[in-house]
Amino acid sequence: MEPIKSSGCCSAKHVTSLAVVTKRVQWGKIGIISLLVLAVWFVVYKQLEPFSSYLTYSLLDIKKGSHLGSAVQFFSYDTPKVMMLLTLIVFVIGIIRTFFTQENTRKYLAGKRETAGNVMAAVLGIVTPFCSCSAVPLFIGFVQAGVPLGVTFSFLVAAPMVNEIALVLLYGLLGWKVAAIYLVTGLFIAMISGWIIGRLKLETWIEDWVQELRAGEAIIIEEQLSWHDRLDRGKEAVREIVGKVWMYVVAGIAVGALIHGYVPEDFMASIMGKDVWWSVPAAVAVGIPMYSNAAGIVPVVEALLEKGAALGTVLAFMMSVIALSLPEMIILRKVLKPKLIAVFVFVVGSGIVFTGYLFNMII
Amino acid sequence: MEIKVCGPGCASCEKTQKTVEAAIAAKGIEASIIKVSDFQDIAKLGIISTPAVVIDGQVKCVGRVPKQSEVEGWIG
Repeated sequence: MEPIKSSGCCSAKHVTSLAVVTKRVQWGKIGIISLLVLAVWFVVYKQLEPFSSYLTYSLLDIKKGSHLGSAVQFFSYDTPKVMMLLTLIVFVIGIIRTFFTQENTRKYLAGKRETAGNVMAAVLGIVTPFCSCSAVPLFIGFVQAGVPLGVTFSFLVAAPMVNEIALVLLYGLLGWKVAAIYLVTGLFIAMISGWIIGRLKLETWIEDWVQELRAGEAIIIEEQLSWHDRLDRGKEAVREIVGKVWMYVVAGIAVGALIHGYVPEDFMASIMGKDVWWSVPAAVAVGIPMYSNAAGIVPVVEALLEKGAALGTVLAFMMSVIALSLPEMIILRKVLKPKLIAVFVFVVGSGIVFTGYLFNMII
Repeated sequence: MEIKVCGPGCASCEKTQKTVEAAIAAKGIEASIIKVSDFQDIAKLGIISTPAVVIDGQVKCVGRVPKQSEVEGWIG
């Protein structure tokens, strides 16, 4: 790097190097502040469990080991813990997403062949910003740009299924192993269902008007974002998402706390246990039409697991709730013929059932 | 000035609409806001992620809710 000379001259070189230095100073400032915030975050996070015990058993003076006590402690520990994890991850993902847009993803996938395309589409489904109401324009855009149908489906399955909120909650409440299982199997289901749909050659089951539309160039807006802008977007994402889902989280944890405190151990074993062969398809069948925010479903999942439900069954239930939902089917009906929607639900649903059985068998 | 707000009608789309209205009011500009919610019409504009804002035929932002200051910059 050019050293700064303390001459009064204002050459172009001088200006540039000054700009570089200012940028570096800014960088350093952002870095130091981030580390400080992270450290404070971590210290507070570590205090949550002892604090919840203190609150429940000393401040509120509830008897240790009572139903009420374990429910209250569950609630007063999990709520702040989940909210803190959520805020951190939504912030980080919000920043990561400023590097990806649906337009760029589409451009990238348009040139891909099927198998490799399915893999890339599933991975990009995680990091590309996506809201389910934009599923239809996205579908049209992908098909028009020549992204193969199967690859488009891999994206459409992965985008809602591998959900960062679900991921962080599973990590926070059930540990990294369950979170990893969810991430990997979610990606595989997206890749394989997309691949199968591609093999079936169902292009004629897309509504005719979509195919008749003249293929237009997608409009790409190149944004020059500074780090300051990206941090801003991260903060916005926190305000948006955390502001919206906190009610679901609290409600979910409240239900979880009730199950935790009052439902007898092993109660769930007889309905959702490993030895009940029909529990996986039943859980998926119940889960498909349901729509719940991932944030609300995970605390319930945690409580069910604790009461003897099998991991595979519970994961299958959760995946079918967040990946397939009635509102999404209805919105996709605008571009897909009913037969194709049926195939989509069947293929993804079977994938989830298969995953459920697999985990019940190996764990 | 003609401003199109594209989106099927979800929460973000409505927020975008309100932002645009607020920006127009703040700037005191004469403009008509057209809500484009039909997927076919949105697709014809070349937009694949919503919400999107189109001002006098020029696409200004796609796939996110713009800030009011941004919109003021576009119409100002």
